[in-house]
Amino acid sequence: MSVEAMYQEIILDHYKAKHHSGLREPYQAQVTHVNPTCGDEVMLRVALDGDRVADVSYEGVGCSISQASTSVMSDLVIGRTVDEALALHEEFTEMMHSQGRAEPDEDRLEDAVAFIGVSQFPARVKCALLGWSAFKDAAAQALAAEGKE
Amino acid sequence: MPEPVPTASGVAAPVVGLDVERVRADFPILSRRIGDWPLAYLDSANTSQKPKRVVEAIARHYLEHNANVARAMHTLGGEATSAFEGAREKVARFVGAASAAEVVFTKNASEALNLAAHTLGGRLSPGDEIVISVMEHHSNIVPWQLLAQRTGAILRWFDITPDGRLDLERAAADGLINERTRIVSIAWVSNVLGTVNPVAEVAGLAHRVGAHVVVDGSQGVPQLPTDVAALGADLMAFTGHKMLGPTGIGVLWGRYDLLETLPPFLGGGEMIEVVRLTGSTFAKPPARFEAGTPPIAQAVGLGAAIDYLERLGMENVAAHEQRITRYALERLGQVDGVSVLGPTEAVDRGGAVSFTLSTADGTEVHPHDVMQFLDARGVAVRGGHHCARPLHERLGITASSRASGYLYTTEAEIDALAEGLDYVRSFFGGRS
Repeated sequence: MSVEAMYQEIILDHYKAKHHSGLREPYQAQVTHVNPTCGDEVMLRVALDGDRVADVSYEGVGCSISQASTSVMSDLVIGRTVDEALALHEEFTEMMHSQGRAEPDEDRLEDAVAFIGVSQFPARVKCALLGWSAFKDAAAQALAAEGKE
Repeated sequence: MPEPVPTASGVAAPVVGLDVERVRADFPILSRRIGDWPLAYLDSANTSQKPKRVVEAIARHYLEHNANVARAMHTLGGEATSAFEGAREKVARFVGAASAAEVVFTKNASEALNLAAHTLGGRLSPGDEIVISVMEHHSNIVPWQLLAQRTGAILRWFDITPDGRLDLERAAADGLINERTRIVSIAWVSNVLGTVNPVAEVAGLAHRVGAHVVVDGSQGVPQLPTDVAALGADLMAFTGHKMLGPTGIGVLWGRYDLLETLPPFLGGGEMIEVVRLTGSTFAKPPARFEAGTPPIAQAVGLGAAIDYLERLGMENVAAHEQRITRYALERLGQVDGVSVLGPTEAVDRGGAVSFTLSTADGTEVHPHDVMQFLDARGVAVRGGHHCARPLHERLGITASSRASGYLYTTEAEIDALAEGLDYVRSFFGGRS
């Protein structure tokens, strides 16, 4: 597949105008995830309302794939229950490890299906997963924090 | 002799004593294609490609002479030992060492620098100072940070000028090197900026206050004629795989009278004199620092790499690097949106050319995206912080793209890079 097909319009659009970007209050958990080989970084906050993801806010530096994927992820998980959001994380991760063979469900993954092309470039899979991994980590911490209150 | 090569500016470059086309014929990998494009391998500062002779020397060693060294007394053991020690002699001659006993084989430059930090470090006390520079590779930062943590020593560093050179004036004004300085460890050539540091001058400053000088020669030794005495180093680390040799072998050269006073680093076989359960005595250098079975075939490969480099002549290798670097700086200077890090003149400058790329609207294209698009056109560069995060932080950026050539690099490959960058820029800039 061509590199132009990998960099779909949807990805570039999200990269140029990241959704839900910027750090916001309130939040129950904040994490920083780094890709040490390239220096891509994302600081991400999760705010829960009961078992629902009320907000995901973030600040990051990195390539178009990592930044766009974080933007798409925030669109998908905000407003869902943590369980639903983690199920999407699972589906997205599975797609990214499919080396282009997955047939993702566009009704569920929406804009995230654009990253199927990236899954054919093993070195870039971790870029697409950076924001999602940060969300999973922060959501778990936020749930734990809620449990303590 | 090769014909003068026309450059983009129309000025013919001078003929040098290195026939690039003939050299390239020794590197089968360079005729690979990436998809529909010919490979343009511009990642030699990361690792160099290997000529057939090196690969064949390693294969011949395994197929005909393989045995352990020193401890095997049979015929094959003797052959392997003399090949291994022969490689040590070649390395010694190549860097101008006083004797082969000054050459310690390690697994890479990082291990060599860790060896230096551990063995010199035993002499440090709280408040002693170690000086590095902000342009160091992580392998010449982290071992010293760990040493400082262990001993209470203080880690200080040279800053850089806006042109990407060591800021010696500021260092002098700040009293960076002073009577508390015990160790100064700097790169000969920066792996990001390409800057060739005035190592002899810095070594003079360090020696005046009684400090030891460690040089990270990883980017210098492959490209420049090397004379450790002229550099003024006490210890110098470098690695085989960036100079046509295999991975898995590095070198720590050290002044013998210093090596002799240093304690062991790793413990194990062949680094000992007598072992008793109540205590051991240690072999003389270099064996003292080579615990366990060493990288034997890798040493043979490194020896073959040195033979290859010496046949071409390091003066010619250096002249070719200068020519390609000058051409790359000129050609990248013509690409809109490219901003080169480090010296923009090919004076005291090595072949690593790092840069950032922005689109017409001023948005920076991330180096990973640059790398991906160039790779799709057969151009192999590195994108990221090149194991020099503090330097990138100092420059106010998170990452950069880096093109780096070697003795097989052609002007046509630099042209492919420049054309690729034009395309990347139009792709990312044309859709806003």
